[in-house]
Amino acid sequence: MKSLKLIGLALGASLALSTTALAQDISIAVAGPMTGGESAFGRQMKNGAEQAVADINAAGGVLGKKLALQVGDDACDPKQARSVAEKFASAKIPFVAGHFCSSSSIPASEAYADGNVLQITPASTNPLFTERKLWNVARVCGRDDQQGLVAAEFIAKTYKGKNVAILNDKTTYGKGLADETKKALNKAGMTEKMFESYNKGDKDFNSIVSRLKRDNIDLVFVGGYHQEAGLILRQMRDQGLKTVLMAGDAMNDKEFASITGPAAEGTLFTFGPDPRNKPTAKAIVEKFKAKNIDPEGYTLYTYAAMQVWTKAVAKVGSTDPKKVMEAIKAGEWDTVLGKMGFDAKGDIKAIDYVVYKWDAKGNYAEINPKGS
Amino acid sequence: MDYFAQQLINGLVLGSIYGLIAIGYTMVYGIVGMINFAHGDIFMIGGFIALISFLILVSFGLTFVPVILLIVLLVAMLITALYGWTVERIAYRPLRHSFRLAPMLSAIGMSFVLTNYSQIAQGARVKPVPPIITGGYTLHEGVDGFVVRLSNVQIIVVITTIVLLALFTWLVARTRLGRDMRACEQDQTMASLLGVDVDRTISMTFVIGAALAAVAGMMYLLYYGQVDFFMGFVAGIKAFTAAVLGGIGSLPGAMLGGLLIGLIETLWSAYFSVEYKDVAAFSILIVVLIFMPTGLLGRPEVEKV
Repeated sequence: MKSLKLIGLALGASLALSTTALAQDISIAVAGPMTGGESAFGRQMKNGAEQAVADINAAGGVLGKKLALQVGDDACDPKQARSVAEKFASAKIPFVAGHFCSSSSIPASEAYADGNVLQITPASTNPLFTERKLWNVARVCGRDDQQGLVAAEFIAKTYKGKNVAILNDKTTYGKGLADETKKALNKAGMTEKMFESYNKGDKDFNSIVSRLKRDNIDLVFVGGYHQEAGLILRQMRDQGLKTVLMAGDAMNDKEFASITGPAAEGTLFTFGPDPRNKPTAKAIVEKFKAKNIDPEGYTLYTYAAMQVWTKAVAKVGSTDPKKVMEAIKAGEWDTVLGKMGFDAKGDIKAIDYVVYKWDAKGNYAEINPKGS
Repeated sequence: MDYFAQQLINGLVLGSIYGLIAIGYTMVYGIVGMINFAHGDIFMIGGFIALISFLILVSFGLTFVPVILLIVLLVAMLITALYGWTVERIAYRPLRHSFRLAPMLSAIGMSFVLTNYSQIAQGARVKPVPPIITGGYTLHEGVDGFVVRLSNVQIIVVITTIVLLALFTWLVARTRLGRDMRACEQDQTMASLLGVDVDRTISMTFVIGAALAAVAGMMYLLYYGQVDFFMGFVAGIKAFTAAVLGGIGSLPGAMLGGLLIGLIETLWSAYFSVEYKDVAAFSILIVVLIFMPTGLLGRPEVEKV
């Protein structure tokens, strides 16, 4: 009995010790779809955030303290995103890098705004995210009105006079991107032959594919995520269709090629100029490679979001989210993606989208690499 | 016309998969009078076991596709059948003489257990496999250049469904086990008085239902190329709807219901809006149930005295 009490005492003491150790740290968080269909992107974000925290701590941390990373999983579900956000807000976490899906980032941002949390999304591209005049939001990626424009310009140039169809998955991101692309495409003088939506999570697209076949569609633009886009592509090839598939930035993970197999060849998507090729990213890309991680897609964007916040905190000398956000918008920051400045809404000033193409071996590359 | 033919093929293949799952619902309902809500998840387990055994075979360096498919099919059926048997043994049998709602609640609980179990054991990610069977046949080339295609996977799905359906119809109609099953369906007490092992017969019903669900899971894996821990829910709901539409308790009814749901979904998205395909399928279910409360091929329930 006595020994049991002793163990209890020891346990209590160790618990107290560990909480005091934690109190020395600054807790920050990364949130995204760690599970579910979009988990490939959650993994990108987690990899980026973990590496950034490790590097920042190795360089002495911030304000003399170390950073401690927490991970939130929203499974790309708006309700779950909201509850993750409330959890972080009540834990008084000053900064969250997240979320991935626009339909998660937007409801979460309101909970963060109420709970005094600064939110920088590495990946949510829906314009609405920064258009609601919330004080606490910023993003290090582009916006779908710009992305749609680049996609539409490409289509209007390369597929002039051909048949184009636009599909979307009814999510904030997918529908938003499809609408912006359609708008820009119509402005460029092209009318799509078909505009349809499907349900995210559907597996059977054979019926839509047969419609594409009937209408002799040459290019189908999909506003949606890679799971469904991959299945559409697979079922197109099964039905003997050679139609080219084009989509947005939610295709920049190699998992897409593992869904489609060699059918991925020729598939197009838009995304920022390959972050891995930036001269500022070279040293960090090496670190990832050494760990056998390919820092593709939004990995380095998440890293950059962490850097922006840390540097602003160091400049302000406090983690107070309101002061830090003012500093972020006022300054210009050296990140792994190069110099980054923000406008009053929280969007980055220089946005650049390029078109990528998948090859038969399961890799993708910019069509006209510009470098940067 | 060519377009219609292509959509018909799409609908029939989708309907075959629904039908295979629906048979499991209908058989259990026919004999025990309960709805096995965990059946959709048994289907999901079947898909996972097919995936795992496929990956194991490939890692052994086996490359001859027909042999792989046959082994995967047998392994998936066997192990999933074991799951079906276990679920019945631990979750339903102890409650068989309890009040009517108890086994149903237990089934819903079992469904959660199986979903979460595979989420923990297999991870919450979608597991893709690259296309295993590729290629197909061009059936007809129209004047406007529209090509009606039948892919090899679609052929395999439909043929497997027909063969299995024939096999199990024979089993129920002509064998000793089938006779026991029909006896239990009519009156369990009387059947046991006449020497039918009721427990064993009910267990076998679950085993057969689970084996068919495993086949559906494997067909799903071949056709769509991915499985995830949550896929049992939607597929289960659709298949359950199919069973009700065809007349729950009736074997050919389940197949007919499955084909109908598949065809309605496909043809609706072919000629109207894709968004409302589920609305269309469920509206037709409601209309059918208003005019034919026992479903298309169901028998009216006779009060047993």
